[in-house]
Amino acid sequence: MASISGGAVELKRSQAVPVRSSLWRQAMLRLRKNKLAMSGLGFIIFMFLICFIGPLFSPYADGKIDTANMYSAPSWEHWLGTDLLGRDMMTRLLQAGRISLTVGFASMCISVLIGSILGAIAGYYRGIVDQVIMRVADLLLTIPSLPILFILGALLSEWKVPTEYRMYIVMLMLSFVGWPGLARLVRSQMLSVREREFMQAATVLGLDDRRKLFHHMLPNIIPLLIVVATLNIGGSILYESVLSFFGLGVMPPTPTWGNMIDSANNLIDFEQHPWLWIPPGAAIFTTVIAINIFGDGLRDVLDPKQKK
Amino acid sequence: MRNVMEIEHLSTYFYTREGAVKAVNDISFRIREGETVCIVGESGSGKSVTALSVMGLIEEPAGKIVEGQIHFDGKQLLNLSKQELRTIRGNDIAMIFQEPMSSLNPVIPIGKQIMEPLKTHQGLNKKEAKRRAIELIELVGISRPEQIAESYPHQLSGGMLQRVMIAMAISCEPKLLIADEPTTALDVTIQAQILDMLDRIKQKANMSMLLITHDLGVVAEIADYVIVMYSGKIVEEGEVVELFDNPKHPYTQGLLRSKPIIGDRQDELYSIPGQVPNPLDLKESCYFHDRCEHCLPICKTKLPQLKGMEGRQRVACWLYEEGTHHD
Amino acid sequence: MSSYLLRRLLYMVLILAAASLFIFALYALMPGDFVSGNLRLSAERKAELREIFGLNKPLLERYGTWMNQALHGNFGFSLAQQKPVVTLFNEYVWNSFLLAIVSTFFTWLIAVIIGVISAYKQYSIFDTLVMIFIFAAMSIPSFFIGLFLIKVLAVDLKWLPPGGMTTTGSNATGIAYIREVLDHMILPVVVMTLLGVDSLTRYFRSNMLDVIRQEYIRTARAKGLKERVILYRHALRNALLPAITLVGFELPGLFGGSLIIEKIFNWPGIGQLYMQSFTVRDYPLLMGFTMFIAILTVIGTLISDMLYRVADPRIKL
Repeated sequence: MASISGGAVELKRSQAVPVRSSLWRQAMLRLRKNKLAMSGLGFIIFMFLICFIGPLFSPYADGKIDTANMYSAPSWEHWLGTDLLGRDMMTRLLQAGRISLTVGFASMCISVLIGSILGAIAGYYRGIVDQVIMRVADLLLTIPSLPILFILGALLSEWKVPTEYRMYIVMLMLSFVGWPGLARLVRSQMLSVREREFMQAATVLGLDDRRKLFHHMLPNIIPLLIVVATLNIGGSILYESVLSFFGLGVMPPTPTWGNMIDSANNLIDFEQHPWLWIPPGAAIFTTVIAINIFGDGLRDVLDPKQKK
Repeated sequence: MRNVMEIEHLSTYFYTREGAVKAVNDISFRIREGETVCIVGESGSGKSVTALSVMGLIEEPAGKIVEGQIHFDGKQLLNLSKQELRTIRGNDIAMIFQEPMSSLNPVIPIGKQIMEPLKTHQGLNKKEAKRRAIELIELVGISRPEQIAESYPHQLSGGMLQRVMIAMAISCEPKLLIADEPTTALDVTIQAQILDMLDRIKQKANMSMLLITHDLGVVAEIADYVIVMYSGKIVEEGEVVELFDNPKHPYTQGLLRSKPIIGDRQDELYSIPGQVPNPLDLKESCYFHDRCEHCLPICKTKLPQLKGMEGRQRVACWLYEEGTHHD
Repeated sequence: MSSYLLRRLLYMVLILAAASLFIFALYALMPGDFVSGNLRLSAERKAELREIFGLNKPLLERYGTWMNQALHGNFGFSLAQQKPVVTLFNEYVWNSFLLAIVSTFFTWLIAVIIGVISAYKQYSIFDTLVMIFIFAAMSIPSFFIGLFLIKVLAVDLKWLPPGGMTTTGSNATGIAYIREVLDHMILPVVVMTLLGVDSLTRYFRSNMLDVIRQEYIRTARAKGLKERVILYRHALRNALLPAITLVGFELPGLFGGSLIIEKIFNWPGIGQLYMQSFTVRDYPLLMGFTMFIAILTVIGTLISDMLYRVADPRIKL
């Protein structure tokens, strides 16, 4: 109590009326004041827009082979040059961005869905259900993600999964390694929320399980979940790029940022034609950094315990 | 009697997102040699901040001493460099905190923690410091001092830890000991022992003491002089007998009435109605006016200043200003 | 203490058993094997090889054989390299360890120094720069930064060798050999350090921020101790304590990350061996490596737990 800033904080808290909507509004207001986080968000939106809309305005969107323009360096006609088939790299970069962003976003959604449902069930019901779910999660956390992803990627190739479906399976693969961490997080939050007084109040009021779970406990976890989910998108994009770079993820002709960098595996392209592989790498880097910065800003306003 | 410390017009503010909080708002008082001065008030009244300001432990930029002077031992503390202030802290002025459990470093043995000021301020070597630390542990009434010196804070009880804190604080024989709610976190039985020991050590070493508390029982037991704070201001001060016998400020009166008196059966324990005003939104008025039974029109528009009464007693209240009744 | 340790060990064994089953199942799902993928072999030779390596036995039996051998310290025979997996490991793992240890050292050194300073000067320009650096480090794809550094520093500027552990065809010995290896190590160590430094720095920074707000730090100030003493004796010790648990957790992560870095920098470690084995479907080796990482993880977790209990006087076993 004698802490120096403590006095003011305590007083403030006692005067704040805990109304959820106003808490959200306050958080959003504070987020809007965080310039770094807002510019991160701005960049993410910008990236989505140019990737999904940009190619519509490109004269090279059909990916037609242009033998007259093989390996041309960046120029006014081809902002990022052309590849070995004379395709415009700028257009390809944006088209690849569609896939990379979609995979990152979708696999996050699946991980969060699986992770929070299983974590919530484990944390709420405890006992044997908890044991089973958490031991499976432990098992998956025992083996680092990369080897598992590589094996799964190799499986895809062995089973000769058609390239157009690989993208969807990659999403599932990423969620497969993503959910255990989330489940653990949700479960531990559940356990701590369970112990809080208002939950005891809910029990006294005789609310049924589902109501307690979905109306009282989950809303308390959602802020943290949003933060983790945001940061998870960045991680997924990175993993997808690694997999695709090593030819174990999404494969050409479907372009992704990761498999575009694959041209660096060719010595001549690597040394002579850096415009083939540096722009996709830069795209991954800038997108992920924007996501991480935005996620961190979100954490600051939504998860007061973690606040700096 | 000589003054050990004179505090003049001290103001310490904290800056929050919602605005500045005047935690300590233009207060002045002095501490005489060998005297125990108690500051009483509710939490948020600024009493702890006063202590921390004296110690130079207000952390910028969250808080700042915006005005005032603190004279101590011929020096003006607020003009000193950080280095100079550091040589006074723990050496000439020492402090004990409220929570002994969290005020000691959990990963350093007790003995080592007591040795630190001895080595820093008195230039003792390791062996001398260790011997002295064990003497000090014994002095504060802990048996098996050698063994205690080797133990870690989590292995001792709160009462023991507060004794250790006291040993640490008096290690360099400070002229002034500041104790911020030293017994609040302890069991009632231990409280009396600790207070008793503090008083004894103080007498023996001829230290002065500044004791921060919200407990009037503690005040009655140990204080020579009492300062009552409310919302960052001193509302009344005086020698303990004067103040307890004849409290002038309605707030002091309320505080004394809300204290249960053994043997005096009351139907209901008195409590002062209302709440402490929002520190972010202090109006130009007596800060106590909306809780005061004797509120006058002027109380709502003007802040009263401290005014001398008989003896050393002073009070800041319009009730004692001549002519206000006729306004 | 002993009952706790016993329970921990039991759980370790169980999780490893489950991991082995899971790993085996993953590889068993693969339709192809080393023999079927090899075009140079005749059908009869293939059948013969299958017989020899036990590839045509029922799955459960194969798992039993694998586990039984593994328990005796035999992780099978690498079909592509024609050597026992354990021998191969022994050949390659030390190179991996070299990278791992050097980069761990730098990661911790940098993280502690930067984290402490930036927590102490929170909201200063230094702190802001540190935060930006952390975000950059955690957002960069390691394979891309590796390629980029090779392109700029090795190919274009020719300051550093582009990969490998020694210069091809070199037979330097003694000091010259060590210098050569050091030269080749610089880039992979830089990238690996970059990979780990973000989370650790962040961790130290927030830990330190937490610690310097504790009441015992205020006590230390009230005692008139020097800021340096307060920072390094009173604060850092408390901030390091929870970080000790990370030592164990980092162990397997380093080998996971080495897959990419060793491949990119052509470093002869087990990570690179693993990536090579993919293309030739050398499953005994892949399984051995994956199991190795799982074992490291479990041991790492145990080490972390034990270290924490040893380091923190508050926790009794």
